[in-house]
Amino acid sequence: MPIIEARGLARTFTSRKRTVHAVRGVDLTVEAGEIVGFLGPNGAGKTTTLRMLTTLLEPTAGTATVAGADLRRNPLEVRRRIGYVPQAIGQTMGGTDPECLVQEELLDQAALYRIGRADAAARAAALTAQLDLGGLDQRPVKTLSGGQRRRLEIALGLVHQPPLVFLDEPTTGLDPQSRSNLWEHIRGLRSDLGTTVFLTTHYLDEADALCDRVFIIDNGVTVASGTPDELKRQVSGDVVTLAVNGAHDKARELLARQPIVADVAVAEDGGLRLSVVNGAEALPALLRVLDDAGITLASINLSRPTLDDVFLTMTGRSLRDDSPSAAASGQPESQPAGEE
Amino acid sequence: MSFIHDTLIVFRREMRLSLRNPAWVVIVLVQPVLYLVLFGPLLTRLPAGALGGSVAAGTPAGAAAAYRFFVPGLLIQLGLFGSMFVGFAIISDWRGGVIERFRVTPVSRLAVMSGRVLRDTIVLVVQAVVLVLVSLAFGLRAPVSAVLISLGFIVLVAVGLASVSYATALTVKSEDAFAPMLNSVIVPLVLLSGILLPMTLAPGWLQGVARISPFRYIIDAMREAFAGHYANTIMLEGVLVAVGLAVVCLVLGSRVFVRENA
Repeated sequence: MPIIEARGLARTFTSRKRTVHAVRGVDLTVEAGEIVGFLGPNGAGKTTTLRMLTTLLEPTAGTATVAGADLRRNPLEVRRRIGYVPQAIGQTMGGTDPECLVQEELLDQAALYRIGRADAAARAAALTAQLDLGGLDQRPVKTLSGGQRRRLEIALGLVHQPPLVFLDEPTTGLDPQSRSNLWEHIRGLRSDLGTTVFLTTHYLDEADALCDRVFIIDNGVTVASGTPDELKRQVSGDVVTLAVNGAHDKARELLARQPIVADVAVAEDGGLRLSVVNGAEALPALLRVLDDAGITLASINLSRPTLDDVFLTMTGRSLRDDSPSAAASGQPESQPAGEE
Repeated sequence: MSFIHDTLIVFRREMRLSLRNPAWVVIVLVQPVLYLVLFGPLLTRLPAGALGGSVAAGTPAGAAAAYRFFVPGLLIQLGLFGSMFVGFAIISDWRGGVIERFRVTPVSRLAVMSGRVLRDTIVLVVQAVVLVLVSLAFGLRAPVSAVLISLGFIVLVAVGLASVSYATALTVKSEDAFAPMLNSVIVPLVLLSGILLPMTLAPGWLQGVARISPFRYIIDAMREAFAGHYANTIMLEGVLVAVGLAVVCLVLGSRVFVRENA
């Protein structure tokens, strides 16, 4: 059974005779153990959907089962079974009190879930170890670094060992080093604790690097879902550009005959530009063909469509346009995932 | 009961955070004394009869009468200023995401308010006790039962005002909007409730207007108690108004906290 199953989830806001359809109909299926990303430009309905799934906002239509409980009929049971980490910038901060001690925050949070003192202390100790917060127990939250504070906020969402945790913009506002560090921790939630992670993000590189699957929401409806690779392939194939030493025409003829090559064109700089379905698999084959024909390469480059290309195709908007922070992340989108 | 359990969790957290701030502790304890030291001396020099008593000013009996008039007013003023301002803290908690974090846990959403109100009520009672003790040193003479009755009123006032303050603050979600709202409510209430001077000095129209302030009735009832009168219509009115105020404010406050999108 999927851990999140939403059908036609919708929310309208009515104010002063104006009706705003913030979310028109969101369908989501998330399997246990997945890390899923929820992408959308500002105002697409991303936050509204997350607030509905976490019981902060009542849907006006649709149905959803979250962690085995009916969202509309039994929101209290949903709250018992999910963890939630609010976003740390914007309208609200991440949910910790600057004056509280780290240990107090963890124990208070455990008390909210009615976890006994001994268990709570054990959970707090395990989480501080898991999230690299060791030795910070007696520190006030306000003295933590941005990354430490974010990890504490995530620890709070995990105190009751929920099978499913919602992370709202988990790395927004962190420096690149803290971001990749946090990615490791988020991967660890799944691999070490078996937690399903549902996160929203503005960063396409984050979705690419971290998520097994992404949902794209635009105008209040989910417009696409799939693994980052699937989505990119739907948009366009990979592009291999290469230059050979001499034998230019022979190379072009030879490559055009290969079944894995969909199209060969001459690039502006005189090199060859090949469209292939899966560049990573095509490269070795192409190299072998050229080598067998005795043609030597001067250069070769593989570029893959980015999630931003996907985004642009699906929504008609570039996610980067409305999120200056994504451009500031210092990660060029054309880099393949995994190297970051 | 789970609601009480949840309230105590929130109360424990809020009280711990309050006590951690030394400036807060000092202000809480010094504030009632300041009112007494800076304003009390004026009262004891008022001409005999001005405060409704018949003893001469400047004598110990006159001072005792003046404080029997003044202390109930001061207690309510502490409540007005103390409890009405508590809402500011919840705006920063809301902005910090703390309220949202609590709302996604199984804890009662009402306890997010009631735990804080419990803290504020206890703080106000402590302030009231300090005020009464210092007043005794200044010359107040009043029956113990009057003091206990007054503390009962203080509890009702604190519960009501703190609830309304949190509910209002969480609705407007902006210190810039909340501060002028408070001022425009508190100043007329202080003036109309006969806190500093008896409303009997006021012309008829002003006395009429003053009838809209619930604190007018509560202060009158407390003054009756301090004068040793417990069973009369003034006392009954005061009790009914205080209970009514607390209940109405609690209901209004709860609605804001339980509603889905606070």
